[in-house]
Amino acid sequence: MIGARAKRIEDPVLLRGAGRFAADTSHPGELHMRVVRSPVAHGRIVSVDLSAALKLDGVVAAWCYEDIATLPAIGFRLTPRPELLPYRQPVLARRVVRYVGEPVAVVFATSPYVAEDAAELVDLEIEPLTAHIDADLDPVTWVDAEQATWAAGSGAELPEQDSEATCFVEEYGDVDAAFAQADELVAAGTHRVFEMDARIGRHTGVPMECRGLVARFDEAEQLLVVDGAAKVPFWNREAIAEFTGLPPHQVLVRETHVGGGFGPRGELYPEDVLVTLAAVRLRRPVKWIEDRQEHLVATNHSRGQHHRLRALVRVADGWIEALDADFILDQGAYVRTHGATVASLTASMLPGPYVIPHFRATAHVRLTHKTPAGTYRSPGRYEGTFARERLVDKIARELGIDPAQVRRTNFIPVTEMPYERPIQAMGTHLVHDSGDYHLLLDKVAERFDFDGIRADVEKRRAAGELVGFGFGFFVEKSGIGPFEGARVSVDVSGKVTITCGASSVGQGVDTVLAQVVADRLRIPHDSIRVVRGRTDQFEYGRGAFATRLAVMAGSAAKLAVDALAEKAIRVAAHRFQLSTEELDIRNGTVVVTGDPERSLTLGEIARLLEPVGAGEMKEDPGLSADGWFRSDHMTYPYGLHAAVVAIDKGTGQLTIERFIVGYDVGRALNPTLVEGQIAGGVAQGLGGAVYEEFRYGDDGTPLCTTFMDYLIPTMHEVPTIETLVTEDAPSPINPLGVKGAGEGGTSAVAAAIASAVDDALRIPDSIVAVPIRPDLLRRLAKTISVK
Amino acid sequence: MTSIRLYVNGDRYDIDVEPRRTLADALREDCGLTGTHLGCEHGVCGACTVLLDGQPIRACLMFAVQAEGASIRTVEGLAPDDTTLHPVQQAFWDNHGLQCGFCTPGFLTLIAGYLEEHPDAGEEELREVLASNLCRCTGYQNILKATLCAQKAMCGDAFDDESTE
Repeated sequence: MIGARAKRIEDPVLLRGAGRFAADTSHPGELHMRVVRSPVAHGRIVSVDLSAALKLDGVVAAWCYEDIATLPAIGFRLTPRPELLPYRQPVLARRVVRYVGEPVAVVFATSPYVAEDAAELVDLEIEPLTAHIDADLDPVTWVDAEQATWAAGSGAELPEQDSEATCFVEEYGDVDAAFAQADELVAAGTHRVFEMDARIGRHTGVPMECRGLVARFDEAEQLLVVDGAAKVPFWNREAIAEFTGLPPHQVLVRETHVGGGFGPRGELYPEDVLVTLAAVRLRRPVKWIEDRQEHLVATNHSRGQHHRLRALVRVADGWIEALDADFILDQGAYVRTHGATVASLTASMLPGPYVIPHFRATAHVRLTHKTPAGTYRSPGRYEGTFARERLVDKIARELGIDPAQVRRTNFIPVTEMPYERPIQAMGTHLVHDSGDYHLLLDKVAERFDFDGIRADVEKRRAAGELVGFGFGFFVEKSGIGPFEGARVSVDVSGKVTITCGASSVGQGVDTVLAQVVADRLRIPHDSIRVVRGRTDQFEYGRGAFATRLAVMAGSAAKLAVDALAEKAIRVAAHRFQLSTEELDIRNGTVVVTGDPERSLTLGEIARLLEPVGAGEMKEDPGLSADGWFRSDHMTYPYGLHAAVVAIDKGTGQLTIERFIVGYDVGRALNPTLVEGQIAGGVAQGLGGAVYEEFRYGDDGTPLCTTFMDYLIPTMHEVPTIETLVTEDAPSPINPLGVKGAGEGGTSAVAAAIASAVDDALRIPDSIVAVPIRPDLLRRLAKTISVK
Repeated sequence: MTSIRLYVNGDRYDIDVEPRRTLADALREDCGLTGTHLGCEHGVCGACTVLLDGQPIRACLMFAVQAEGASIRTVEGLAPDDTTLHPVQQAFWDNHGLQCGFCTPGFLTLIAGYLEEHPDAGEEELREVLASNLCRCTGYQNILKATLCAQKAMCGDAFDDESTE
């Protein structure tokens, strides 16, 4: 069952339209919340007049900052560097607005239509201030001492802070010493210094379901029930408890069906605090459903980086002796729950699959008057892979070496695995747990006939077409700990339930966990029920992020079902007066190996384990067992993306003719789901490489606030993704050998497409930014036709 | 408030709505049919696609009062009964044509409606139709695969189950 292309157990409900997404929960007497958002990017709040809104029939309450002034700023969930504290976001704008879309006030009314009417009646007077929207410019004063002190909330008096929230370095080896020799080596002709200036546009996850939350204080149970959470319900329960002043045991957070996650969705946002607080204060159910226009200015953006790389490279073979990287991350107006996660991952994952003896990455996290940024599928790797692989392509071209060969020269050899890079990633030591990068490159090149593709491209080019082929190699990371748990239990009818702290953002986690359990109990996976994402059903859960669940929850489920199987066998052994070695589990039944007629079903064993019987056998009551998997290190899957592209000489239109992915996931628990993750990941990567970008006017006005101007790829734009999933390097650090598959579809899309476009144009240093826009291609293509 | 009558999935709904109420909201809130999803409310994403007198339309771009007396089919009305799925639903399941499932009802109604009217549509034509809606999870290829499988099934051909072996 593990490794099978099992059909998803989630699907029948979803296919019938019977799912329960955030907006599908309703309560009698509920109020609808509407947020009043700043229409200017930067300004001083002169007044917020709620009176007209409050007079409207159906409006029950309206708040501005003064009404929630006792609340602290929203805290960090990950990578909480202390210097970032003064940049935290208030739940409602406090004296100053810092991006278009920032919540300034909020109204509660008996219908969503009335709530929208009322929001329009809230009179905001905001004195506009100069918007700072270019993170490349020198830092400016960002928050005054009073705001900094308040936002940090540490009790210490802080001075004013500038717009560079943090600058930190990840490094190993000795970059300065390496570059100190550079002049000499370059003069001797053995080495060259290569530079790359690369930009990655601002774009983000944009799940098809906007955010939403429904909260109700249940008077009978004295419990705040919150529906519509996603990704990290357990963490959010603690945060909601703190904001509402309730102890966590009076807060129940449930994820319902979730319409896509991708990083932004499920984090704790101002709206989540407002909904839950209102339910407690107003003692009525409160519902908030984000609309798409809000989503595109309110929910985390991502990417938005500018890299400057400098490498010392050996001329003979392209060996990268040292890499000195400096990058700026456009954080937007506040630092939200992710803290410095994206910058940190960018820096630590920048070396990718290569040895690079001397490495330094200097990260600048800078504030601008734009929507705050956070993580998005393959955070830091999409950006870093683009910059690094552009550099490697440049090295190959200028040294006249095959791009594949330059990569081979620099790969961490399989004999060095596990390979410890003396650097931290998400607070863990970065140890490439396993990997054979050469082998994957060989396999992909052979499977998809890279030689044939190259020959075909050259032939078409000779005939006058602008076509190109290129690829990028990457290392992903997955399975961050520190723990995940699962409970497997069997009812008296023999039906199996998995209860765990995992979350689903639509990726199929129920199916995969069911497969792991079904594999051991030899039962159909679709007979298993999975309960997760509910804070009243399990003790802990770290959440659905960082491609961690197949590794962490999968391993926990494996440990739980192994323990359950042992218990079932012990009970049967007791019953039959045999040793446990004489028993085995077949088709959900414990059988005597030598006499299969003698058997006990799991349901029968569950009945034997009612409390009195269990006591007599010195077992805990009930046929159930817990498994906890702990991990201090991440796993590191790796892969290759390749593209064949054609450019229309007249219009500059880019056609992606082929897109190829090779990805080693250690062990594919369900290859169909792995391929599905890859295909979906590529489509998103493609969006960022060619179509999607949040653009801003000079005054900080967002220009992409609808699907008419923020362009998500449709079926027209996404080619058939050709995939080779390999299992050559199982992870040695978990019982399944698995590495996560969630992000490897996205990581190198920009790198591969840029490489292919570059190959099509063959104009040095022309493709160093994504998205690659048609106006640029048209301009570049014209210069070629002139020749 | 205006009293209107909608026929949805063969059932009659007599509801009172404001003239400005969208058909999508009326279906979801007044008829209790929450399978129709709202992904953008400006007619681009297609998650709210329903069949109005057999034609796929965006339920977010139409007022409920405009649908007075019309026959509407939503995702809840596709499957013939509780144990059998519509061929398009079955094909989506067999071909891993969905992940989060949020855009899925819009694709299902779009495809079911189109294939019922154009059983012989070619692959290119179907790609064109499928490009009407947005999906953020699948990368579309399994949606196309599912559509082609559903087309075969609806034409009565042997069901192509290769992909699920």
